[in-house]
Amino acid sequence: MQPESWRSIPLVSRLTAAAKPLARRGFLKLSAALTGSIALGANSGSAEPAPASPPADAPWSQSLGAGVVDRPYGRPADHEAGVIRRNVPWLTATTESSISFSPLQDLHGIITPNGLFFERHHAGRPDIDPDQHRLMIHGLVERPLVLNMKDILRFPQVTRIHFIECAANGGMEWRAAQLNSLQFNHGMISCAEWSGVRLSTLLEEVGVKKEAKWAMVEGADGAHMNRSLPLDKCLDDCIVVYAQNGEALRPEQGYPLRLVVPGWEGNVNIKWLRRIKLGDKPWFSREETSKYTDPMPDGTSRGFTWLIDAKSVITFPCPEKPLDRAGLYEIRGLAWTGNGKVKRVDVSTDGGINWQTARLHEPVLSKALTKFTLPWHWDGQPALLESRVIDETGYVQPTIAQLRNSRGSNSVYHNNAIQTWQIKPDGSVFNVQLA
Amino acid sequence: MFSSRKVSLLLALGMIIAAGIFARAAERGHSSPNQKPGNFGYGEVATPEQIAGWDIDVRGDDGAGLPLGRGTVERGSLVFAEQCAACHGTFGEGEGRFPKLVGGAGTLRNDRPELTIGSYWPFAPTLWDYINRAMPMGTPHTLSADDVYALTAYILNLNELVPKEFVADRASLPKVKMPNRDNFIWTDPRPDTAAKPCMNACADPASVKITTTAEGKHLTPRTTGPLDTMQPK
Repeated sequence: MQPESWRSIPLVSRLTAAAKPLARRGFLKLSAALTGSIALGANSGSAEPAPASPPADAPWSQSLGAGVVDRPYGRPADHEAGVIRRNVPWLTATTESSISFSPLQDLHGIITPNGLFFERHHAGRPDIDPDQHRLMIHGLVERPLVLNMKDILRFPQVTRIHFIECAANGGMEWRAAQLNSLQFNHGMISCAEWSGVRLSTLLEEVGVKKEAKWAMVEGADGAHMNRSLPLDKCLDDCIVVYAQNGEALRPEQGYPLRLVVPGWEGNVNIKWLRRIKLGDKPWFSREETSKYTDPMPDGTSRGFTWLIDAKSVITFPCPEKPLDRAGLYEIRGLAWTGNGKVKRVDVSTDGGINWQTARLHEPVLSKALTKFTLPWHWDGQPALLESRVIDETGYVQPTIAQLRNSRGSNSVYHNNAIQTWQIKPDGSVFNVQLA
Repeated sequence: MFSSRKVSLLLALGMIIAAGIFARAAERGHSSPNQKPGNFGYGEVATPEQIAGWDIDVRGDDGAGLPLGRGTVERGSLVFAEQCAACHGTFGEGEGRFPKLVGGAGTLRNDRPELTIGSYWPFAPTLWDYINRAMPMGTPHTLSADDVYALTAYILNLNELVPKEFVADRASLPKVKMPNRDNFIWTDPRPDTAAKPCMNACADPASVKITTTAEGKHLTPRTTGPLDTMQPK
């Protein structure tokens, strides 16, 4: 049989053919296993799956698996089909100007897989031909430029790990505990390894004029999404990136080119980046006046609140991952700060009366997610779990009461409050707020 | 004619220069413009025509970048009915969850203020910029400058910020004083909370009370299985 035609033959026939040389006993078991898996695939529910745990040998241990390039671009196991980005349908008028949340409850490290990175679009996800994509840099510059993707790839490359968090992460919780979910309360954050060229390299290539103090960055999407950034930040650590976790950016994250503004609110990390214009003043675009500003109780509003303050959350246990029975557990979580590095994370199991310092896991990187764990013996009694991060500037993550005391509850953005998870005696977990 | 020795020397010199440029660019973390523009020489110098095609931004506070053209409130009402009303309502009242464009005057100190163009937006030219760059949602950046001016005039009139005779153009729009113009603080006052990280007996156990819970609110989509559309069965 030719290998080329082999792939076009249905799986069952292939496996049966492959099983022919096997011993008769093995072949019979294989057939039973196939029948079982077909029944499961059809969701009949009537067929019991073949026993696979000891002492039985599993069907997948007695058959030939799929070959290489069976999935030329790999994907997660079929059993992980529920680990997906999810949205809150009642939150927005359309899915094109909306948000989806990363499933933090099923993630175990500091890097978000590319297919699970949270999405925030203002005019949907454009489908951009990289050969036709251009980046224009102009305004108060000596030598305005138009760069294509090949040009951009030639510049000196940097690779950095940074989180991106939407300023509205936790925004539904300003007034009260509302959504019983880690994914929906904290999933507007993701973290990736980004590769690209420093924005400072590109700005030096065009020559920044003395009068320039601000940059306007703009996307090629239908929203022509734009924000103003101070030139100092542009020259400090911003990156114009084309790769995410080693491969080309995903379309949802700005393919073929986006800006990464480390430690600042997500919306300034312009996706589908097509234009950078230097000027002497900010632009006061719609997305930095009508949106992404913070109304205060006295009627004033704060603008240009770019920084992501320090925040942490316990990712296990959580509403999606309850406890089973009393015993030893590992409390796990993530911490981050736009100010640099996480210095310390404390965990309380009694609603903030007593705290223990958790273990931070390497690497602890600037403006990146940091993982923490703490062993915990749960006695089966009610508990109130909280985590509190302190960053390298000494900033301490506030409670929601402290935030409300300072800003009232009309804000949407920048809720970095301590999260409280209520543990009930049956092990179930609920999102609550404390006095 | 070059000797091979000379060629080698030139090549080596070129490589040293290139390595220096890359090293400097890669190492530099902060602004130190010690490199001349065009050092790498990649890409094309942008032509005035290319720039003109993409240079769409209008600055909010002074209207810099507003193009030639003009539009009346009356013309705006016609364009609005055709292009905008399906989502924003005939008079900007908003359909479903689509944004309201009017109302909310005087609510900014309230619990649950109503943030609209009239009550919240600080600068009128921002309205022209946003309509021009992002609206209508399904066919953005397809309206003429005149029609964008007309829509801007109509929406400002709906909010009773300009009279019905108002004509919007590059001279008149920056002069419209938006009610909330002076109520923004453009420097970030954070950190605005301070706490010392107490470790033991930080609160009276009797004071630790649950004030609100998400339990039983039925607002949360499923987080297992297929996507939850939350449509009633």
